[in-house]
Amino acid sequence: MSALLDHLPEFWQGLVVTLQMTAASFLGAAAVGLVIVAMRVGPVPVLRAVATVYVETLQNLPLLVLLVLAVFGLPEIGLKAGLTTTAIVVIALYEGAYIAEALRSGVNAISAGQGEAARALGLTFGQSLRHVVLPQALSTVVQPLGNIFIALTMNTSLAAAVGVVELTAAANRVNLLEAQPIPIFVGAGLAYAAVAACAGFVTGRIERRLAVAR
Amino acid sequence: MIRVRGLNKWFGEHHVLHDVDLDVARGEVVVVIGPSGSGKSTLCRCLNRLEAADSGEILVDGVPVPGEGRALARLRADVGMVFQNFNLFQHKTVLENVMLAPTKVRGVSRAEAERTARELLARVGIAEQAGKQPARLSGGQQQRAAIARALAMRPKVMLFDEPTSALDPEMVGEVLDVMTGLAADGMTMVVVTHEMGFARRAADRVVFMDGGRIVETGEPNAFFDSPRTDRARDFLAKVLTH
Repeated sequence: MSALLDHLPEFWQGLVVTLQMTAASFLGAAAVGLVIVAMRVGPVPVLRAVATVYVETLQNLPLLVLLVLAVFGLPEIGLKAGLTTTAIVVIALYEGAYIAEALRSGVNAISAGQGEAARALGLTFGQSLRHVVLPQALSTVVQPLGNIFIALTMNTSLAAAVGVVELTAAANRVNLLEAQPIPIFVGAGLAYAAVAACAGFVTGRIERRLAVAR
Repeated sequence: MIRVRGLNKWFGEHHVLHDVDLDVARGEVVVVIGPSGSGKSTLCRCLNRLEAADSGEILVDGVPVPGEGRALARLRADVGMVFQNFNLFQHKTVLENVMLAPTKVRGVSRAEAERTARELLARVGIAEQAGKQPARLSGGQQQRAAIARALAMRPKVMLFDEPTSALDPEMVGEVLDVMTGLAADGMTMVVVTHEMGFARRAADRVVFMDGGRIVETGEPNAFFDSPRTDRARDFLAKVLTH
C-alpha cells in the first residue's frame, strides 16, 4: 500500500492527464461522429461513400497501430504536434467512427416518416436531421454512447505506449521504482473503474431524461 | 395550381405510374380513389417529390418542382402534406410540432408562431392538447394536429395521403370534418382516400386510378352514379356494397 500512497502526486497527475484526454477526445469524437453520420445518411452519394470508407477503415485498424503511425509518421511529413495532442486527435478520429455507427443505428431506429414529415414541411435535409431525426436517434443510443465513452477512457491507456504520461504510464513509472506491481496496478485499475462507474451513472440519468414516449 | 404531364415512375421492374396527366385548379378539391397498388399514393408523394418521378413534369403554381436542395425545400414549404401515419415529431409537444417549421423555415418569431399554432389547434378542435406529447393523443387527435402543423406553413396546396386509413372507425369522422371545413374555405386539396362519402361530399372532381393510370375522372355525383368505365364500375361495386 505504501508504494501507492507514497506516489499519490504522480498518480494524481496521471489521472488528470487521462481525464483531460478522455474529455477532449470524446468531444472530438462526438463532432467527428455527427459529421460522419450526417454524410452517411445524407442524399449525396459521394459523401455517403467517403463516410462509409472512413468508418470501415478506422474500425478495422487497431488503435495502437494508428497511434504509432501518427506519432512517428506525421513528423516525417512535417506535421509536428505534442504527444498528448496527437494522441487526443487520433483517439477522437478513431472513436468518431464508432460514435457514427452508434448514431446511425439510432437514425435507422427512427421511422422514415419522421424525416419525410420534416422535409415535407420545407425543412432542408440538414434542418430535419438536426431538429427532428438526430434528437430522437440520440435518445435511443444513449447506452451505446456511454459504452463508447467507457471504451474510450480505457483506450487512452494505449497512449502510454507512445510516451504520453497518463495514468497507466504513471503507474508503470512508479512500478519501476517500487517493484510492487499488484498494489500499483490495482490502484490504477480502481481509478479507471471509478471513471467508468461515473459514466455509467450519468448515462442512466441522461437516458431517462431523454426518453421519448412512442 | 398543379399541373402534371406524362409522369412515369418505376419501382424496380414495377411500372407504378404510367403517363399520368393531372391538373388541379386553384381552390379545387380533387379526390383520388382506386384499388390498393393503383399508384395513387405514389402520385401524391411525387407531387412534393418525396418520390422522384422517372420521367414527366410537375409544376406547382407554375414552377417546375426542383430536383433537390434548397429550392425543393422552398417548394415543399408551400405544399402541405398529411400522412397516413400522422408522422408527428415524437420528441416534441403538439404545440412545438406546429411551431417548428414556421420558426425554422419561414423565420417567424416564436411568439407569433405560437399564436398562430394555438389558433390552428383551436380550429381543428384540439386546443387543450397543445402541451402534450403526440403519443398521449388518440389517432384522430394526432391526425388533426398533423393537419394543423401543415396549415401553419400557410400552404398553397394540401396533399392528403390516405389520412384516415390508420384510424379507428369512430375517429374517421372528426378528421374528415376538419378536411371538409378546409375544402369549404377554398383550400386547394389533393386527397388520396378510401372514404367514398367524403369524395361525394367534398370533392369538386374525382380521379379514379387503376394499374398506375388515371382511368376515369369526373364530377363526383356523375362518377359515383354512372361511372363510364368497367374498371370504375367494378371498383365501386366492391367498395359501395358494404
